[in-house]
Amino acid sequence: MKPEYKIISDLIEKDAKVLDVGCDDGTLMEFLKTNKNANIRGIEISKEKVQTCIAKGLTVIEGNAEFDLKQFPNDSFEYVVLGQTLQAFINPETVIKELLRVGNKAIVTIPNFGHWKVRLNLLFKGTMPITNSLPHDWYNTPNIHMCTIKDFVRFSKIINFKIFKSLALINENVSDINNSNLIFKNLFGELGIFLIEK
Amino acid sequence: MNIKQNIKTLIVEKPLKLDCGQTINNFPLAYETYGSLNNEKDNAILVFHALTGDQFVTGINPVTKKDGWWSYAVGSGKSIDTDKYFVICANVIGGCMGSFGPSHENPKTKKIYGTNFPVITINDMVNAQINLLDFFGIKKLFSVVGGSMGGMQVLQFISNYPDKAKTAIPIACTSSHSAQNIAFNELGRQAIAADHNWSDGDYNSKNVVPDKGLAVARMAAHITYLSKKGLQEKFGRKLQERDDLKFGFDADFQIESYLRYQGSVFVDRFDANSYLYITRAMDYFDLVKQFNGNLSNAFKNTKAKFFIISFTSDWLYPTQENKEIVIALNAVGANVGFVEIESDKGHDSFLLNVPDFLKALKNFLDKSYAEKHS
Repeated sequence: MKPEYKIISDLIEKDAKVLDVGCDDGTLMEFLKTNKNANIRGIEISKEKVQTCIAKGLTVIEGNAEFDLKQFPNDSFEYVVLGQTLQAFINPETVIKELLRVGNKAIVTIPNFGHWKVRLNLLFKGTMPITNSLPHDWYNTPNIHMCTIKDFVRFSKIINFKIFKSLALINENVSDINNSNLIFKNLFGELGIFLIEK
Repeated sequence: MNIKQNIKTLIVEKPLKLDCGQTINNFPLAYETYGSLNNEKDNAILVFHALTGDQFVTGINPVTKKDGWWSYAVGSGKSIDTDKYFVICANVIGGCMGSFGPSHENPKTKKIYGTNFPVITINDMVNAQINLLDFFGIKKLFSVVGGSMGGMQVLQFISNYPDKAKTAIPIACTSSHSAQNIAFNELGRQAIAADHNWSDGDYNSKNVVPDKGLAVARMAAHITYLSKKGLQEKFGRKLQERDDLKFGFDADFQIESYLRYQGSVFVDRFDANSYLYITRAMDYFDLVKQFNGNLSNAFKNTKAKFFIISFTSDWLYPTQENKEIVIALNAVGANVGFVEIESDKGHDSFLLNVPDFLKALKNFLDKSYAEKHS
């Protein structure tokens, strides 16, 4: 299980109605069902993974978050989770707005492109960074809109949404991000986890 | 015909007001069951059949002596596991496997109904079958399942009886018959009507059968159940038991021979007037219009857990039309899952050995059943 699942779960109240966008094999859904008794639904683009979710007894819709979120009415869920996929969308702005329309709150996690290893990789090699969490070449990566923790914080001001809580994951340890440590977290955080609201 | 007399039949005494305005009562509803009903009576699955199906879902059909139409999906250890669930299936009214249909005798005139049989709808079919619940003493079905026209009945059933099923699985279907669907059905009906033997539906009294017309109807329909790719892979331009073209109009190609065969075996088991009535019922099906343009309202009162399944190569009831049902369900916050199964086998995929489909169906049912019993 990915280390951030426990952190995401801690952000969600018991019995909440949750949508997991890009729910993968349903691991987080199961975790939230067991630990938070969440009323949970998922959207997943891969047929194979949808099958895995069905085999786990999870309610999942095969679909693409960029086009298929529009079928949900406003405020259908208390929380909408988007785990490490914002960077893969053609239009991340639309997706964020859709998340916040469909859910009262959203939890968005982003792989941090500002991490020092990524920076060094580009600085010394002069080629697009390839790391453990970003294993693709530039020409075959699904991650077409990479951003840093700092970028996401700026993004919140530009398209006008509130960041309720921001956390950085460093070596499986979680810590708060605030204005005074942003430069530091942006350099060492592998993952940014944000609880956001309209 | 002796076999047909041994078909299990429920005589529905309660009057049923049909959409056309007529009321019927004391009519026969032929059915079959598989597996056994448990003491809690909560393991029953009502399966709805498609256009040319019947109540003999699995095992050997006692009338045709062939495998039941859903033998891949229903049976011991299969997706719809008869060791676990009590499966009920009824022949739709308007059909020709024992339920009240156009080949029955009108008690008033002592003549076969033919085209004097009332036009029936999907709604009428479902309202006839609800009587099976009382008959078996079932308060709530574990599931309602069906593909194609069977899927339409699933949607209509939940809309009419929102608290009578825990789960609902409409497969490869639509909430509203499209112009293309109607067009193909009309082609079939016109083929039957063009057969001289049809005699405006009165062929029974003349002891003839419009078999040529019905066979053409079946051939045309059969093409719509397959995909271009599937046909090309199975038949291509292969010749039928000959080395070269014969420069005539016999079946040179295997696909021609195949379609002729499909047509010829169909007329032995199906009644031409039933074909007219059931295709008409499908064409009239428009759940969207029934709810004044808002399909969501058909499902706003149900707590049933839905699982919608479509197939990539199904161009008769394409994924988009199945997705519209998903969208309507999400709009009212219903519990709905959806998967599009990869298959080259066209609309017929739901009847065939498509492992991904059979796996999804089994997993959904078994997990939903376990949830309820944990």
